[in-house]
Amino acid sequence: MSRTLFSFKGGVHPPGHKAESNTRPVHAAPLPKKLVIPLRQHIGTPAKPVVEVGERVLKGQLIGAADGYISAAVHASSSGVVSAIGPAVVPHASGLPDECITIETDGRDEWIAHAPLDYRTMTPADLRLRLRDLGLAGLGGAVFPSAVKLDPGATHPCPTLIVNGGECEPWITCDDVLMRTHADDILQGVAVMRHLLGSTEILVGIEDNKPEALDSMRSAAAKLDFAVEVVAVPAIYPGGGAKQLIETLTGKQVPSGKLSTDIGIQVFNVGTAHALARAVHHGEPLISRLVTVTGHVLRPQNVEVLIGTPMHALITLAGDREGTTGVLMGGPMMGMPMPDPEVPVVKATNCILVQSNELFPPLPKALPCIRCTRCADACPAVLQPQELFRFAKAGDFGRAQEYSLFDCIECGCCSYVCPSHIPLVDFYRYAKSEIWAREKEKRASDLARERHEFRQFRLEREKKEKAEKLAAKAQAKRAELAADPSASGAPDADAKKALIAAALARAQAKKAGVEPKNVDHLPPDKQHEIEEIEARRAKIRALARQPLEPEENP
Amino acid sequence: MPAPFVLDRSSVTQVMAWVLAALLPGIAASVWLFGPGILITLSLATATALAAEAAMLKARGYPAKPFLTDLSAIVTAWLLALSLPTLAPWWLIVTGTLFAIVVAKHLYGGLGQNIFNPAMVGYAVLIVSFPVQMTQWAGPLSLTATPLTLAQSASVIFGGDLPKAMLDAVTMATPLDALRTGLLQQYTVDEIMTQPIFGHYGGIGFEWLAGAFLLGGLALWALRIISWQVPLAFLAGIWLAAGFLHFFDAGRFGAPWFHLFAPSVMLGAFFIATDPVSGATTPRGKLIFGFGAGLLTIVIRTWGGYPDGVAFAILLMNLAVPLIDAWTQPRVYGVAPRRGKEPPA
Ligand code: SF4
Ligand code: SF4
Repeated sequence: MSRTLFSFKGGVHPPGHKAESNTRPVHAAPLPKKLVIPLRQHIGTPAKPVVEVGERVLKGQLIGAADGYISAAVHASSSGVVSAIGPAVVPHASGLPDECITIETDGRDEWIAHAPLDYRTMTPADLRLRLRDLGLAGLGGAVFPSAVKLDPGATHPCPTLIVNGGECEPWITCDDVLMRTHADDILQGVAVMRHLLGSTEILVGIEDNKPEALDSMRSAAAKLDFAVEVVAVPAIYPGGGAKQLIETLTGKQVPSGKLSTDIGIQVFNVGTAHALARAVHHGEPLISRLVTVTGHVLRPQNVEVLIGTPMHALITLAGDREGTTGVLMGGPMMGMPMPDPEVPVVKATNCILVQSNELFPPLPKALPCIRCTRCADACPAVLQPQELFRFAKAGDFGRAQEYSLFDCIECGCCSYVCPSHIPLVDFYRYAKSEIWAREKEKRASDLARERHEFRQFRLEREKKEKAEKLAAKAQAKRAELAADPSASGAPDADAKKALIAAALARAQAKKAGVEPKNVDHLPPDKQHEIEEIEARRAKIRALARQPLEPEENP
Repeated sequence: MPAPFVLDRSSVTQVMAWVLAALLPGIAASVWLFGPGILITLSLATATALAAEAAMLKARGYPAKPFLTDLSAIVTAWLLALSLPTLAPWWLIVTGTLFAIVVAKHLYGGLGQNIFNPAMVGYAVLIVSFPVQMTQWAGPLSLTATPLTLAQSASVIFGGDLPKAMLDAVTMATPLDALRTGLLQQYTVDEIMTQPIFGHYGGIGFEWLAGAFLLGGLALWALRIISWQVPLAFLAGIWLAAGFLHFFDAGRFGAPWFHLFAPSVMLGAFFIATDPVSGATTPRGKLIFGFGAGLLTIVIRTWGGYPDGVAFAILLMNLAVPLIDAWTQPRVYGVAPRRGKEPPA
């Protein structure tokens, strides 16, 4: 290839484990009895359900409508009856349930009427709206709504379109297999992207450990009426990360805190291009995707899976084995552990990696950092992970931020090489979430202060008004009394009564202030614990009171 | 459990084991050229270091096993032993090792926390407190009439104060000592270099020992246990500083090659200045750290009160590490070269 490639700093070479899964033919997974389709499968606002429990739905029917600009619709992946709408366990590390629509399938897999889009005659805005309503979101893992990424806006032309076939995470092969088998479809999707973005340079980056995919994409590209350059890039993790692939192919870096479109580059995953082609040329919404099922299974393979299929069914299909210790969604470097093997496959599910103690031995106990800087040598973001770790551990989040904590892409290279086996990425996630929480808290407390101040102001004002009124009244009364000397004893008695009432009120207030709790005279550690709990509760209370929309008036 | 779920196979133990292995050529050369005394020194330091480490871990409430098996205490012990005179009395070795492990390592917080290189702290304490005993270097075998056997070496090391005549028969001034003494007596460098102790580049035997350390150091670099910046900058610092002085007054200042081919320089460049814990961490910082240590070594050798300056030079640079690190932060991906300056929106 004639193109000069650039190299990014850092990176690691974990064992690929690609051959396990990319040699078996691709099949469609069997239709499950039940599909659980989360309403939030993309970044942005969750979809709004537009069906009712008990309603019959057809395959490809809209069941959750996109809500706002940064959103994407969800669809029934097969025909059947909606049996539930409500919280269910979803593929998220937190294990917290989220809103889902459950469909009991009827086995007929009956399609709703759908027709291709004539994208060349549609206005770009209409086309993007259709794509949003067809549920398109990035299939590389980030699941950002594609319609948004395909909107270059007036100020951001995207002369360069990069199609990401890097797939640098170990074990995962779904993009590799897709490129081998559906190169033409992928490039048809690319044609639509090019149409919307007005790109003049189109690059497909594929790691050089996928020769078959490179061949098939090259021969498909040769048939096109526009130029697509298929480039073999060196296999190194995280070379398939968007920022790293951009640097490898163009030598440019995405400025910190900015988007690649700010430097005229947009990146899409090959799976997204394929889904886009299905949407445009067949009118099909995004209801299935290719998933690698691998790791501790008998027959690691890639399967075409309907969104909402329980992961467990796929593990059974690939042959589950004794000694399974867990299930990851994604690869071993950035994947997340699943709270339950029953969670459904979602748009972001590129890989189901079954763990065992042989393949993924428990991580050894961490030792102190010896400042060997292997982590820094491996960090593709050119950070100093050992310093970030030191600051995060000490709770010095300000310094961590100064050392560019938020430029960390959580790729895990640092943890991977650390001879002290420190779970570094964990510390960064912790520090980031603490900083977010503090900022949120600060906003909440600013708001609370404003409210308090306003209330004080209002009370003062009311008091003043009242006092003025009273004074006016008293004046009037005195004038009256002066005119009528017969009622002279009364004011004295009134004043006394007022004094007594005030003293009582003061006492009351004081009592409330020192109201004894049954937790006095506790040992200091207990006391501390209680204080901590109280602080947490106060925090939660404050957060709970915080309005969702800042424009709500205090 | 959080991602990543795989690790490469490195561990602190493995890193330390490679460092120890890379010291073997130097140890072998020492035995070959200076007699078996070094083996006793090494064993004694190792035993003391392990006992001190275990005791300190227990006292500080740490589990013994993961820390004893990380081999870091043995690395400290070996580096100290290899810096000490081959026939130093036993209590000198024990004192130095204890100081290195107990004070320089554990009182500073244990593995990964020490600001100063523990072995060099031990060395510095000894040379300041016991300058006389710190000269008990075995002479190169090729120059001594009756080489000591292992048992004889042991009796020198454990035998306490030997009669001066006997000690003089087996020990010899190091080339650096000889140069220093000669210069103090107003000889020129050329005159001094005619003494039998001097070889092609450094001292007889000593230059080969230096070569053996260099070999082990290069192996560490090839294995990526150490980075190239510190050793290269350290050697460059020595070479440039010594070369500069030598260029202006070859009669009063030793040649750069002579300064480079001292065992302490090669040991310092590849094994001590590269200590990750007490050294600089950024790529540019490592260059500054190494270069500074090299320069200071020559400055101390030339104008200081001690014949060799590697230990003090490294300790001084250890002090500067926080500053060096803070000033040499590399440019983060996507961050504009001038930090902190936001381009106007
Ligand atoms: S790799 Fe681990 S031990 Fe080495 S500097 Fe980084 S965090 Fe510290
Ligand atoms: S996880 Fe963050 S700090 Fe660690 S290597 Fe990746 S980008 Fe660097």
